[in-house]
Amino acid sequence: MINKIYNSPAEAVADIFDGATILISGFGEAGSPIELIHAVIDKGVKNLTIVSNNTGSGHVGLAALIENKQVKKVICSFPKTANSVVFPELYSKGNIELELVPQGTLAERIRCGGAGIPAFYTPTAVGTVLAEGKEKRIFDGKEYLLEQSIKGDFALVKCLKADRYGNLVYNKTARNFGPIMCTAAKTTIVQAKHIVDVGEIDPEVVVTPGIFVQRVVLIPNPMEESVLVAENRRYPWN
Amino acid sequence: MELKVNGWDMNFVAQKIASDIPDGSYVNLGIGIPELVANYIPEGREIIFHTENGLLGMGPAPDPDKADPELINAGKKCVTAIAGACFFHHADSFTMIRGGHIDYCVLGAFQVSQEGDLANWSTGEPNSVPAVGGAMDLVAGVKNIFVITTHLTKKGEPKIVKQCTYPLTGKNVVNKIYTNFAVMEIIDKKLFVTEMAPDIDFEFLKSVTDADLYLKT
Repeated sequence: MINKIYNSPAEAVADIFDGATILISGFGEAGSPIELIHAVIDKGVKNLTIVSNNTGSGHVGLAALIENKQVKKVICSFPKTANSVVFPELYSKGNIELELVPQGTLAERIRCGGAGIPAFYTPTAVGTVLAEGKEKRIFDGKEYLLEQSIKGDFALVKCLKADRYGNLVYNKTARNFGPIMCTAAKTTIVQAKHIVDVGEIDPEVVVTPGIFVQRVVLIPNPMEESVLVAENRRYPWN
Repeated sequence: MELKVNGWDMNFVAQKIASDIPDGSYVNLGIGIPELVANYIPEGREIIFHTENGLLGMGPAPDPDKADPELINAGKKCVTAIAGACFFHHADSFTMIRGGHIDYCVLGAFQVSQEGDLANWSTGEPNSVPAVGGAMDLVAGVKNIFVITTHLTKKGEPKIVKQCTYPLTGKNVVNKIYTNFAVMEIIDKKLFVTEMAPDIDFEFLKSVTDADLYLKT
């Protein structure tokens, strides 16, 4: 019998190791798997490479993972938001590595990682500082850059609804990087607000087919990052 | 430099852009001043707004009690979804952008060059955290790139220049520039003035523009 459901975030992230590359879904707080991230903080693994669109805000979730000195490098498109304090400070002191990637290139590198495509040519960033050191090639008279795919050892993803096969449905713009990250990691760990019986999700509306998901944890009332930030909370809890 | 002119109000500039976007267009608006354009879509036109975090059919901001932190725009502000809207993941969203499916993008600028180079993501200061987001993808893929900006910086320096000194977002990507002083179009790497605010004349415009300007006849 296939049953990808795990009992707790701690159990689901138990084999994450030092030096792992972890893809973390979310665009700002929308889709950020905050309970899974906190489980990684509890585990204390270090030297992680994090692939995520942003770097978190306040002192919870992704920002707390970075603040806890567990991250050596982030690959992201927009490492600051209104309330991000942790990353900018570490970066300005030279204490964390940043690979800045245009948002669409980041998405496509992840998509290709999951699709078995090692690299692709893109028009994005041609003629800019982000093209430096990249292989260039002309197609039909237009210049393109070679970009390499991204694969994760793990992906941490938040969704709305899952079943024990790992079929997923998301919530509105919280979908963002979730579906492509699920495809691009060796082990994809998902937190779901609802877990339903197999067959309850209409096959026509499954967004992530279960084959891309290895573990599902039920988090019925996920915390809201913006609420925690407004309350000035810190993880580990202050 | 002390200016004795006012030019247009930026809301009026946004209205001009809105009137230049045809019925049925798919449009992506940058964060900040470009968002004003959504307020001025002429009645009878159906324009679909795309936000790159994964929504086609973005509507206005919700009532505060109906705000959903999982329904946001690229600026991470709460929005609504219109009837007929759809959600999608980031690779699909940038397929729309990079693949040339979005008709218009309106962006802000630090500088625009006379050949249509755009600088709008970084001032290149060594200690700042660089953040690019989707700007480079938008200018590389959207069919028409419109820039909305004040003609001068707060310090009174020209933003329309021969060559950008700030790091580029893209080369030869801008089609039209709408400022509080004038509307300009880039055709074959030349900058043509198509319209000026009532209290602006061509000689004055040239004096506050660090680029070669041509009057479109």
